[in-house]
Amino acid sequence: MLARRIIPCLDVKDGMVVKGVRFVGHEVVGDSIELARRYADEGADELVFYDITASPEGRRVDAAWVSRVARELDIPFTVAGGIKTVDDAQCILAAGADKISINSPALSNPDLINALVDRFGTQCIVIGIDSYWDGTDWQVKAFTGDPDKTVTTQWKTRDWIVHVQTRGAGEIVLNCMNEDGRRAGYDVPQLRVMRALCTVPLIASGGAGQMRHFAEVFDGADVDGALAASVFHKKTMSIPALKSYLREQNIEVRS
Amino acid sequence: MAGIMIADTGCANLASVRFAFDRLGAQARISNDPGVLQNAERLILPGVGAASAGMAALAANGLQDMLRSYARPLLGICLGMQLLYQQSAEAKTKCLGLITGTIEPVSQDAGPVPHMGWNTLDIKKQDPLLGGVKNGAYVYFVHSYAAKTDTQTLASTNYGPPFSAIIRKDNIYGCQFHPERSGPVGAQILRNFLDVNP
Repeated sequence: MLARRIIPCLDVKDGMVVKGVRFVGHEVVGDSIELARRYADEGADELVFYDITASPEGRRVDAAWVSRVARELDIPFTVAGGIKTVDDAQCILAAGADKISINSPALSNPDLINALVDRFGTQCIVIGIDSYWDGTDWQVKAFTGDPDKTVTTQWKTRDWIVHVQTRGAGEIVLNCMNEDGRRAGYDVPQLRVMRALCTVPLIASGGAGQMRHFAEVFDGADVDGALAASVFHKKTMSIPALKSYLREQNIEVRS
Repeated sequence: MAGIMIADTGCANLASVRFAFDRLGAQARISNDPGVLQNAERLILPGVGAASAGMAALAANGLQDMLRSYARPLLGICLGMQLLYQQSAEAKTKCLGLITGTIEPVSQDAGPVPHMGWNTLDIKKQDPLLGGVKNGAYVYFVHSYAAKTDTQTLASTNYGPPFSAIIRKDNIYGCQFHPERSGPVGAQILRNFLDVNP
């Protein structure tokens, strides 16, 4: 049976994993490659590396660093941040990344999704979506990495989710902004709505604080994976303990 | 003899496959030269992406005849395994025809497609390639097409109806999953491949 995926997300700046509010008050958690290997050894099913400086600084993720990650890891990993062109993607995938995730560049230029899918195949093109409940509906936001540049797009989340799939997106990571950083649980009602619109895998992001939150999102929204950062970085929970808990809840996880 | 060679199919997971052999302490080299590849002791045919693009890359480098005549152990990975079959339903692509059968789409009834993530191996036939691999071991899949199970199936996986996760016909092996990204289980399978002796 297909296992539910536990996916630590590592925000990377100059090769180091950082945490804290983006652009202000970064605290270094540790070396990205050492931490990645530790999570892989502990049973993480996949990793996401988000290069938090590449995009605002208008540069591409460091291919040599991607290659070092690929050399060390024996589980799949996704690279996000600063990928705006087919050439950017080529560079990162050739260095050994399994998937690339794009967010704001897909909103600015939706044809980029088709171009990436045509060149590399649907299986390695992930669309990241930052979704915000504005009181009437969920809206897609762009450029969320920098609070001064964040904009609300014309897209409703449900329409954008359907649209990116018609363009060939192979997986969707839905970051529920209202819950992000609150550690009060994933946005199960929103994820349940979006699950019904997805024929591709859907990954939940934003809100994990306790082990039961993972069980709630798998049971309540039938997502394929759950992404989390601070609970792992802060050692609020260990991956083996989380998986053992989920197994007790009869949720299929990789042993 | 040229050791372990990886056929350069112009696809994205070449580096990952090479690194996986590095981690085993074995050196694998990448080439698109049929003359070099045909002298390999072990040959890997990796692949991700579309079947038609994969076959076009093989044709562009003149690798089809070399692969058809290669008599030492050959391992197709993911799309590389699918290219070993007669035909893929993906854009009705004619493939190498080294393995009998066709590649069909993964059923949308099974769940989200691509079938992406860790799923279990149901071992159907003992083989040196599976030495030390337990029944029910998890490996990492990412694909939208697959081969039905048949007498060539060493291990199957369920996603909707079962499909062939590992196949063997004589010197030719195929893994629908990515052993290079399947943790210790994948490493064991690659290590076994270096030792198989058909």
